[in-house]
Amino acid sequence: MTDTTNSAPIAKPDSMLVSAFKSIALLKESPVGIIGGLIVLMFVVLAVFAPVLAPFDPNAPLLPFAFPGSEAPDGGIFLFGTDHLGRDILSRIIWGGQRVLFYATLATVSAYIVGILMGLAAGYFRGYLDEIISFFANVILSFPIMVLYVLIIANLGASGANIIFAVVFASSPGIMRIVRGVTMDIATRDYIAAAQTRGEGAWYIMLVEILPNARGPLIVDFCLRMGYTTITIGALGFLGLGLPPPDPDWGGMITQTRSFVTGGFPYMAIFPACAVSLLVLGFNLLADGLREVSLRD
Amino acid sequence: MLQLIMRRIGMMILIMLVVALLLFMINEGDPRLIARSVLGPYAQDDQLQLWIEQNGYDRSMLIRYFEWIGRVLTGDLGNSIIYKRPVSEIFWDRLGNTGILAGVTFVIMVIVALVLGVLAGMKEGSPQDRVISVLSIATTSVPEYASAVILAGIFVFWLGWLPGTSSMTSGFNVVELILPVMVLTLYGFGYIARMTRASMAEVMTTPYIRTAVLKGLPYRHIIMKHALRNALIAPFTVIMLQINWLLSGVVVTEFAFGYKGFGALLLEASLRRDIFVIEACGIAAVFVAVFTQTIGDLGYTYLNPRIRFK
Repeated sequence: MTDTTNSAPIAKPDSMLVSAFKSIALLKESPVGIIGGLIVLMFVVLAVFAPVLAPFDPNAPLLPFAFPGSEAPDGGIFLFGTDHLGRDILSRIIWGGQRVLFYATLATVSAYIVGILMGLAAGYFRGYLDEIISFFANVILSFPIMVLYVLIIANLGASGANIIFAVVFASSPGIMRIVRGVTMDIATRDYIAAAQTRGEGAWYIMLVEILPNARGPLIVDFCLRMGYTTITIGALGFLGLGLPPPDPDWGGMITQTRSFVTGGFPYMAIFPACAVSLLVLGFNLLADGLREVSLRD
Repeated sequence: MLQLIMRRIGMMILIMLVVALLLFMINEGDPRLIARSVLGPYAQDDQLQLWIEQNGYDRSMLIRYFEWIGRVLTGDLGNSIIYKRPVSEIFWDRLGNTGILAGVTFVIMVIVALVLGVLAGMKEGSPQDRVISVLSIATTSVPEYASAVILAGIFVFWLGWLPGTSSMTSGFNVVELILPVMVLTLYGFGYIARMTRASMAEVMTTPYIRTAVLKGLPYRHIIMKHALRNALIAPFTVIMLQINWLLSGVVVTEFAFGYKGFGALLLEASLRRDIFVIEACGIAAVFVAVFTQTIGDLGYTYLNPRIRFK
């Protein structure tokens, strides 16, 4: 749990960005991590260059029920085939990936900001504040997570902003717990006492002295959580509570075409299913590699 | 130990009360919304007002909350708006179905995970360890809704071995249970296996195992008699916590296969604002999660004497 904290260098606090790059540079020692990183990088490139890389308009009805590899009316090739409405599946996967990555990143980063602030405050101030924050974290964490998502989204309505809110609500308590643990550990160090003697403010100490030294476990957890959030956004789309159609998202693509799986067109749902799994695998391998590297030094 | 048990149970009750309050506030905070969902979209304002007064919804929320807690504790869950029947008539059946699905999955998942975890952790760094470790990361990356369509493609469409839905329309059918159980096991076993592997690998480096090896005891005997007992303490908590994740997976899996369990019921009720059903499902889900968490904590304390006697 906190085993990686002690190995984090205490010397000089880098900025979060610099230290993140340093951890990524360390990855070269872990082949598993590199594979994960490359998978994630591939999806990021596909997302950024979606307008150039997607062969067709993702929402245009071209030729319904075309099998993978068949020819498009205007001469192109449907590499992954088309769905029941004649939309090119490869283009929808590429555009859907952009949407999934955008919302997953935004939601996870927001959850991190909330979780870090609460965890720092709880771990540094302790006392009643800590008790209250920890209790509510326990309450939220005692929900099976998908039950919580269904309750929130069904009440607020399905939209991008509400998905982000639900992810922040459901996963910031977990982040808060990690940050709180690390903060309590770091708060006993001499350089914190030094900063207090210098007369630095509490938030300066938390954000400048403590947070950079807590990055080790947080970076690993961030990758894992990106994977979970990707799964969640897909699951909500699958349950019909996700991002509004017609723009593609992977979970929505699966749920719209899954009735054709047993009817002779399994590829329609299987390609987006593979896309979600591959991206999540990338995040998981990356997290595993980073953990391995951070435990080594 | 007794004091610890009492404290944990007290905490459990407190969390349940707060969760119940949250559920109550979301669902029954605004009396007009309840009247609207019960009477339908065409009811007039004065009808709504009359209903609110007749059913005592004009009183303060706190009083209604405690009354509601009392009713829930005596088994009165209110009436379903969709089904026009007492919630308890539908709810326990659905919960039982989920119990079957989750129970079968849990047993299979734990056995698979422990066997693979022990096999991997026994020889850290061996090819067998590598294969199992990669396998358990890979399967944990395939969410339930993805493996549901992939496995349906393989076993229902290409091989034609299994049915594609699990609605159990013609009575209980074990064959229809296979795909949902496979989907849930595939996603869930990896985490337990990895924890078991880590725990086993750690035990294998301890001096008492080295002593047993140097004494010339048979390898099988060392693993079964000496290593396993200590290596299985840490995964125990993880296994109990996994039940919380299993309940999450159940919602998605039941929807994917049309299985008539409580997850599907919760989803249907949430989408159609059937408030009393939502409350029953929410409370049941959180109760199972909190209960297993408490058992996990207490069991871990009991199994690990170093904590027990502190």
